Amino acid sequence: MSDAITHEAHHHGPPTGAKRWLYSTNHKDIGTMYLIFALIMLFIGGAMAMVIRAELWMPGLQLVQPDFFNNLVTNHALIMVFAVVMPAGVGLANWMIPLMIGAPDMAMPRMNNMSFWLLPPAACMLILSMIVPFFGGGQTVNTGWTLYPPLSIQSGMGMDLLIFTIHILGVSSIMGSINIITTIINMRAPGMTMMKLPMFVWSWFYTALLLIVVMPIFAGGVTMLLFDRHFGTSFFDAAGGGDPVLFQHIFWFFGHPEVYVLLLPSIGVLGMVIPTFARKPLFGYKSLVYGMAALYGLGLIVWAHHQYTIGMSIETTTYFMIGTILISIPVGLMIFNFIFTLWRGSITFETPMLFALGIIVMFSFAGTTGVMLAVVPADLQYHDTYFVVAHFHYALIPGSLFGLYAAVFFWLPKWTGHMYNERLGKIFFWWTTIGFNLTFFPQHFSGLAGMPRRIVDYNMIFTEFNVMSSVGAFIFGLSHLLFLYIIIKTIKGGEKATDEVWEGSSIGCAGLEWTVPSPPPFHTFETAPQVK
Amino acid sequence: MTTETRHEKSIGHRTTIKWLLVMAVGMFGFGFALVPLYNLLCSVTGWNSIATNTVQASADEISQEIDLTRTVTVTFDGTINGGLPWEFKPLVRKIVVTPGISYEANFYVKNYSDREIVGQAIPGITPWQGTEHFHKTECFCFTQQTLAAGESQIMPLRFTIGADLPKDIKVLTLSYTFMDTDRSVLRAGPG
Amino acid sequence: MHLKRDSKLRLATIGGVFALSNPAYAEYGLNLVEPASELTANVFDLHMLTTKLAFYITVVVTVFVAFILVRYRRSSGAEADQEMHTNKFGVYSWLLVPLIVLGIDLSLVGPANDTLKQVEQHVDAELTVKVTGSQWKWTYDYLDNGVRVVSNLQEHEADEVGYLRSVDNHFVLPVDTNIRFLHTATDVLHAWWVPAIAIKKDSIPGYIHETSTRVTKEGTYYGQCAENCGKGHAYMPIVVDVISKEKFSEWVVARTADANAAAAEASADKVWSKEDLMARGEELYVKNCAACHQVNGAGLPPVFPALKGSAIALGAVAEHLDVVIKGKAGTAMAAWGAQLNDLEVAAIVTYERNAWGNDAGDLVQPADVKSAR
Repeated sequence: MSDAITHEAHHHGPPTGAKRWLYSTNHKDIGTMYLIFALIMLFIGGAMAMVIRAELWMPGLQLVQPDFFNNLVTNHALIMVFAVVMPAGVGLANWMIPLMIGAPDMAMPRMNNMSFWLLPPAACMLILSMIVPFFGGGQTVNTGWTLYPPLSIQSGMGMDLLIFTIHILGVSSIMGSINIITTIINMRAPGMTMMKLPMFVWSWFYTALLLIVVMPIFAGGVTMLLFDRHFGTSFFDAAGGGDPVLFQHIFWFFGHPEVYVLLLPSIGVLGMVIPTFARKPLFGYKSLVYGMAALYGLGLIVWAHHQYTIGMSIETTTYFMIGTILISIPVGLMIFNFIFTLWRGSITFETPMLFALGIIVMFSFAGTTGVMLAVVPADLQYHDTYFVVAHFHYALIPGSLFGLYAAVFFWLPKWTGHMYNERLGKIFFWWTTIGFNLTFFPQHFSGLAGMPRRIVDYNMIFTEFNVMSSVGAFIFGLSHLLFLYIIIKTIKGGEKATDEVWEGSSIGCAGLEWTVPSPPPFHTFETAPQVK
Repeated sequence: MTTETRHEKSIGHRTTIKWLLVMAVGMFGFGFALVPLYNLLCSVTGWNSIATNTVQASADEISQEIDLTRTVTVTFDGTINGGLPWEFKPLVRKIVVTPGISYEANFYVKNYSDREIVGQAIPGITPWQGTEHFHKTECFCFTQQTLAAGESQIMPLRFTIGADLPKDIKVLTLSYTFMDTDRSVLRAGPG
Repeated sequence: MHLKRDSKLRLATIGGVFALSNPAYAEYGLNLVEPASELTANVFDLHMLTTKLAFYITVVVTVFVAFILVRYRRSSGAEADQEMHTNKFGVYSWLLVPLIVLGIDLSLVGPANDTLKQVEQHVDAELTVKVTGSQWKWTYDYLDNGVRVVSNLQEHEADEVGYLRSVDNHFVLPVDTNIRFLHTATDVLHAWWVPAIAIKKDSIPGYIHETSTRVTKEGTYYGQCAENCGKGHAYMPIVVDVISKEKFSEWVVARTADANAAAAEASADKVWSKEDLMARGEELYVKNCAACHQVNGAGLPPVFPALKGSAIALGAVAEHLDVVIKGKAGTAMAAWGAQLNDLEVAAIVTYERNAWGNDAGDLVQPADVKSAR
């Protein structure tokens, strides 16, 4: 009797109006909110990047004052990392993990709601931190996202807002991660063993585990900074027996694994997209799973390669150099597996596949410049120049952002029930890829020529490279209006998508997510499916 | 799904969540534990750090061995940290020492301001390989120093260079930075 | 114009990635700055090795992927091999990757370690210079002879060659000499970086680090601060003149004589004219005070008060001198007594009392400052 009632209650569809979103405990709705939030923040963070590039368009101050410029640099990075890539990844996880493992929802739907609704206030504070200096809030946060003291001690109220933002975002992502791991461990459909999990689920398993380990450390580090600023402690203040270098260690102990937090979900997406469009199963599934574990382990012990210039002992730097170079093994393994998934396939070039192929090539290139940077004596020249800026944008834009784009094009038909316009999708791929390369490739050269990062202005010897970068950045930035248009158009209507969506999905990555209708009903897998 | 399996599931959830929460809270604590751990690591390995350089050498730590076969040049230097209205300089720029023998060097400090200021001297030693062999038995950097308005002082340092100093190091530099313990000056910045 | 031709050439060569691996293009700014010391030359060679490696790996991956895409595209009728991941190659091929990658890695670690040892070796320095970074200037102390050079940005228009690359006082070094740099900072992190002659190490307040070099070519070398130090990070360039040993000895003698003369001048009981004091005062004011109180004396209230029409600048001389020499507790106003000599303080105070329409009208002489200390 009671069973029948709950059954009934479950089927009356989603609640209507604002309540549907505010009180939502549905993984699909929450996933959608995460993705929309990330898209909005992408435009805000991107607009900041446009101002940065407009300022660096020519020698001389064009648009903004040095203080505000460095604040833009800080907030551009924090927004892109914490408010774009991470929420977008969690959004994908919310949407796809329950569908992929045959679960009715996330393990803790209410907590899921809370982890999302912490984000908008955090984002407001993040933006507010840039505005308070204009209203007597003291010095801007001109430190860059690394927040190194003693410079961060000089910042005004904006810094405190940022610290609280980081706390809230930290709580949100830790709750999200706990939810995801609990879901993966406990909610799998019968027969769905760990080694049958789709690669995307595996990638999120590692990502969430990594977040739980490193995010609290960063939260602790900025808390110490807050105490130093206001409560007279001296964790990082030499005058009171502290050590400014300690903050750098704490920051990068978090900061380096954070790069993999951004990267791994996209690697997971590649593990889904490439088999689908090569029409054959993923090559080297096991070695990918263990390779990610190796990446996880190595990622935690190589942090100080970001600080070769702080005067560490020769043994320490050598250790960090070798550890860092060893990372090329799991990364190489991933690239190798993806390439051999293509080998002897039957390849077509839909938009998600174009992004995946672009990632293989551009991310490999970022890997090689990464090895260049890992070599200590050479890094003593590259450190803190535009070469580094170019390197990590090559790693993070293809490595995580393009992975997210691939995911959006790959799953948008599943989410909305409509096919996107393939022609426009392909135009978007070429437009953004050309814009991206034009922006960041020249930056390798400006770095080698001696242009330090985080400078508001430069001598004319760097002009040509910066002009190219700026032109590229505007091309890259504008392409996202097309992206937005494609998404809205697909949500509104379009060719009806089949349940399988892609011809290759039954061969390449046959999974439970393709067995539900497109779009999936509000509730799915209330009766757990049986996996062979 | 029967109620029984639902119940089992929620127990499974609770165990997983418990472990993950322990991990998260533990790592938050570990972040703070890094402060003493870092200092411990530095003092064990002799890495260059502010904490290791400010420590007073205990008598048993310094080997009694005297190495008469070579000499080491020790140079002294002083830096005033932003905004501290003091003058600070070594009275002797360099001395040539024999490893294992104790020496004294003096520094001159004057407070130019019209108020009492508490300062702290932070020693830095380079090259870093010499850090663990530079034993300070008496130093004005062990405690905070208070100078009244206009007051000047001669501050002493007593040290021994360990005989186990690597042979390729012929010059050691000890550089002090005097900082105002009231950090509002630094906080204000130069604008 | 030479510069224009140069930039066109550079633009023309940028298209070719191949240029990366060709050192001949170094002069066009496509590569690391041309080394002028043994150490940076070694680092440069290491850089070329890793660059070539990076270039070849990228090319191999790209070409291989391109080949697969053409060969196995469905439009050419390619059929997917569904069993490939289960055959022997599929099961064991992952072993190849660590082997190949490790081989490449090890080929790097050897040369990297050799160069690292060179970076860290202790040569007997013939000259030691302490390089201190402050917001936002560099101070060079020649520890062997007490010479000090303070190097501030020299203003230029954005379209001039020297924009953000020139300083008022150049840092002077002798050629073919073992030089040891000691790096520290007085407020926040900085990094002294002149890519042609030395590698960078951070300047950290409370820490002292050393690097060494031996410059092999005379010339002028440029660099700038490479660690974010706030508002003026882009505005603290480095200019190094490397000159012959003879000229360097002469420079040291002249520099010491200058310093002695200035000290003597300042301590002499000479009475200065208003024009002289105002001229010196303006120069010193712009260099030392204008960052906060602004060139026009308007300040940046409420943190940095205006001097134009202020009670202190128009009030009693003794109080004005007091604030300048001893600073003001609880504010950002530093005590300048330790940094400026009597003449300099006198000039600045005189300037502040008579510039921007301030009409105190009185002159402050070095002797007044002396008695005020």
